[in-house]
Amino acid sequence: MIAHAEHDVAEVVPPLKAEARNLSFHYGSFQALKNINMPVYERKVTSLIGPSGCGKSTYLRCFNRMHDLYPGNRYDGTIEFHPDRTDLLSKAVDPIEVRMRISMVFQKPNPFPKSIYENVAYGLRVRGESARSVIDDKVEAALKGAALWGEVKDRLKELGANLSGGQQQRLCIARALATDPELLLFDEPTSALDPIATANIEELISELKERVTILIVTHNMQQAARISDYTAYMYLGEMIEFGVTDQIFIKPRRKETEDYITGRFG
Amino acid sequence: MSVPSDRLKKDHTRHIKERVIEAVLLLAACVSVFTTTAIVYILVKESWVFFQHVPLTDFLFDTQWTPLFDDAHYGIMVLLSGTITSSAVALLVAIPLGTVIAIYLSEFAPFSVREIAKPFLELLGGIPTIIYGYFALLFLTPLLQKIFPSLPGFNLLSAGIVMGIMIIPYVASLSEDAMRAVPMALREGSYAMGATRLQTSLRVVVPSAVSGIAAAYILGVSRAVGETMILAVAAGMQPNLTFNPTEPGATVTSFIVQVALGDLPHGSIGYQTIFAAGLTLMLLTLAFNLVGYYMRKKYREVY
Amino acid sequence: MNQQELQSLRALIASHKRWDFLFGVLGVLALMLGVMTFVALFADMTINGIGRINIDFLTSFPSRRAANAGILSAWVGSVLVMLVTACAAVPLGVAAGVYLEEYAPKNWFTDIIEINVTNLAGVPSIIYGLLALGLFVYTFGLGQSILTAGLTLALLILPVVIVATREAIRAIPQIIREGAYACGATTWQVVSDHIVPYSSAGILTGVIIGMARAIGETAPIITVGALTFIAFLPPAPFTGDPSAGLFDWLFAPFTVMPIQMFNWTSRPERAFLDNAAAAGFILVLMTLTMNGLAIWLRYRLRKNIKW
Repeated sequence: MIAHAEHDVAEVVPPLKAEARNLSFHYGSFQALKNINMPVYERKVTSLIGPSGCGKSTYLRCFNRMHDLYPGNRYDGTIEFHPDRTDLLSKAVDPIEVRMRISMVFQKPNPFPKSIYENVAYGLRVRGESARSVIDDKVEAALKGAALWGEVKDRLKELGANLSGGQQQRLCIARALATDPELLLFDEPTSALDPIATANIEELISELKERVTILIVTHNMQQAARISDYTAYMYLGEMIEFGVTDQIFIKPRRKETEDYITGRFG
Repeated sequence: MSVPSDRLKKDHTRHIKERVIEAVLLLAACVSVFTTTAIVYILVKESWVFFQHVPLTDFLFDTQWTPLFDDAHYGIMVLLSGTITSSAVALLVAIPLGTVIAIYLSEFAPFSVREIAKPFLELLGGIPTIIYGYFALLFLTPLLQKIFPSLPGFNLLSAGIVMGIMIIPYVASLSEDAMRAVPMALREGSYAMGATRLQTSLRVVVPSAVSGIAAAYILGVSRAVGETMILAVAAGMQPNLTFNPTEPGATVTSFIVQVALGDLPHGSIGYQTIFAAGLTLMLLTLAFNLVGYYMRKKYREVY
Repeated sequence: MNQQELQSLRALIASHKRWDFLFGVLGVLALMLGVMTFVALFADMTINGIGRINIDFLTSFPSRRAANAGILSAWVGSVLVMLVTACAAVPLGVAAGVYLEEYAPKNWFTDIIEINVTNLAGVPSIIYGLLALGLFVYTFGLGQSILTAGLTLALLILPVVIVATREAIRAIPQIIREGAYACGATTWQVVSDHIVPYSSAGILTGVIIGMARAIGETAPIITVGALTFIAFLPPAPFTGDPSAGLFDWLFAPFTVMPIQMFNWTSRPERAFLDNAAAAGFILVLMTLTMNGLAIWLRYRLRKNIKW
């Protein structure tokens, strides 16, 4: 079992934002996640890596209860969300409440067939916000936060789908930011993008961690090494190793992690 | 030297047989084109004779329709008013209910409800229209008369309502198809923002499927305009220039039935009126169908 | 997020979810309206008509006296018309569907056929009646006969059969075709040995749905000029004096179930309305059985299909 990451003596252990304990997950009779324990530290970037099918996306989608949308799924264990220590997976907790506090950016950009402005305003509208000035301000702030404002400020009425792939993904990030989430989930956000757009998004993620805790699934080990503070390696639904990114990449404690990272496997 | 084998030579009888079969199949496929051509030819040919007796301006602007009287008037407006009124009533029933059912089945209903409801709707859509006509005349009209005692026994209202119920499965099933074609990624994007089912349905799914839903409405209109028996049975067949659904009235379609039930000699002007009425109907539904066809094609291209 | 913010968030979600719930109720109500209509329709006809349904009703001709009237000529007429419709629509529709899927090159001509089939499916049935009146009755001189009615309905359901055939064929994976061609089969051999047999259940489903629609069609048959009062049956082959030919029944005057029902519905006397209810009851049973069979077939097909 993996305990909390070993920090260097000099380093202060950051406060917790969320913590998974004994988390298991079933799609029908198939167990996709096996007894996962992992902390998520506040205002840090945590990467989930592992070969495809290892359960990293499944794990990520537990945090905002996306699995509740489909029948036959079952969670066991808890994900405790700080500071209020709400158990995100509890039946008593409404998945909508969870999703209002935790935003998500998907693998493929999925802008709604609405204007750029309305795409970003969506989360606010869903929360019943109708004051034009409030929405205007938040949309602008979110677009600036997603480094998209300069490119789109004169074409806010255009369809989101008219933007390039990288811009669409930043639009989706702006959409996720507009509601001031406490935790931001990224599910392989650059896998559908070209290298330049990927670099932009990576830079953006590094800036965003000043404001928000980030959990990111990536299929690209270099990306994890570049942007994250902590890294978790998953394999076959199990958490093999979790630690400070440098430690995982430089001196992994587990043989399986080392094999994956050095490219001998996966 | 040995004679080269002819096993790989082209087999001519086989080749000819294949071509003959292909030609026969092509001919079968062309039957549909022949049908359309024949429809247009017959309607135009008979209407041509009609319009040599009746000026087009009379046909379009006269306010009376009395083709079988001595003092004959041929104002198609009278029949169109019946068609428009009954179709409007039908759509007021079918569009809201059909849309609600479509959203419910596509976004809300559990799998088991959907599995039962879809075939049930299909069965409802498969009931012969003469049955719906009987139902409108002998069940709904007496029921409505209990609420509005002044309602005549034949009226466009109950015919329209029943026609609407008949169209519901059609509108619901086409709209639902359009909503189901909206990719799951859009729904997930909305749910991930904390939206409820209703918010996701109304703000993301319906706007994304809008051209498909519009196509469903338009094809529903086309069904209503072309519907015959419900009106022939329950709306009376008296030509009546009115937009009041509580009155009796004739429609383009029920007029054709009325004339066909009588015994008009082939070639008389009365006989030709039904082709002129038919041509009007054909042009109306053709316009609706084409618009609906292109809208449906459009939403298929989006995803 | 502090406790106070959390409380207000929960209140907001609760109010949103009330709307969700209300819409769910609305959806069920809308569906129930359909169910209620169906129940009311069926119950009304059963209550009014059940007293008339017996063997005599099925074996009597229509009569001026409601109590003696029956639907013999109507159901025999319906069966014979359906026979003609099936004989015409099935081969034509399947052949057209096979051509469009397996032979047709992708060009403007096949595009026209495609748009045309879609468009024909939306043409009101009464227009087919006018076509039949102008073409079959007067141009071809087939008269107001079973043959005319059967061919009219065949044209009417042709789009249904073509679309069903194409969908069934499209569900067959390409590897099946390639496998057959790799054995040296000609296109026709691929079609007749593989494509048509494998898609037959899907085609059958479409044919049944089309026939269920045809059996209830009233307007085009009225336009063709079916009589409403027929007190005799079409001549059976080789009977009567002079002996009827094998195909004489095709040219006989006739009536069908929905027209008989329409005729009784337009009578003012209560007793005839009960006859209409009884005829309607039988007609609904016929169409429900056919549609139900088609839905069941499709369900079976979806479950059993393994490529």
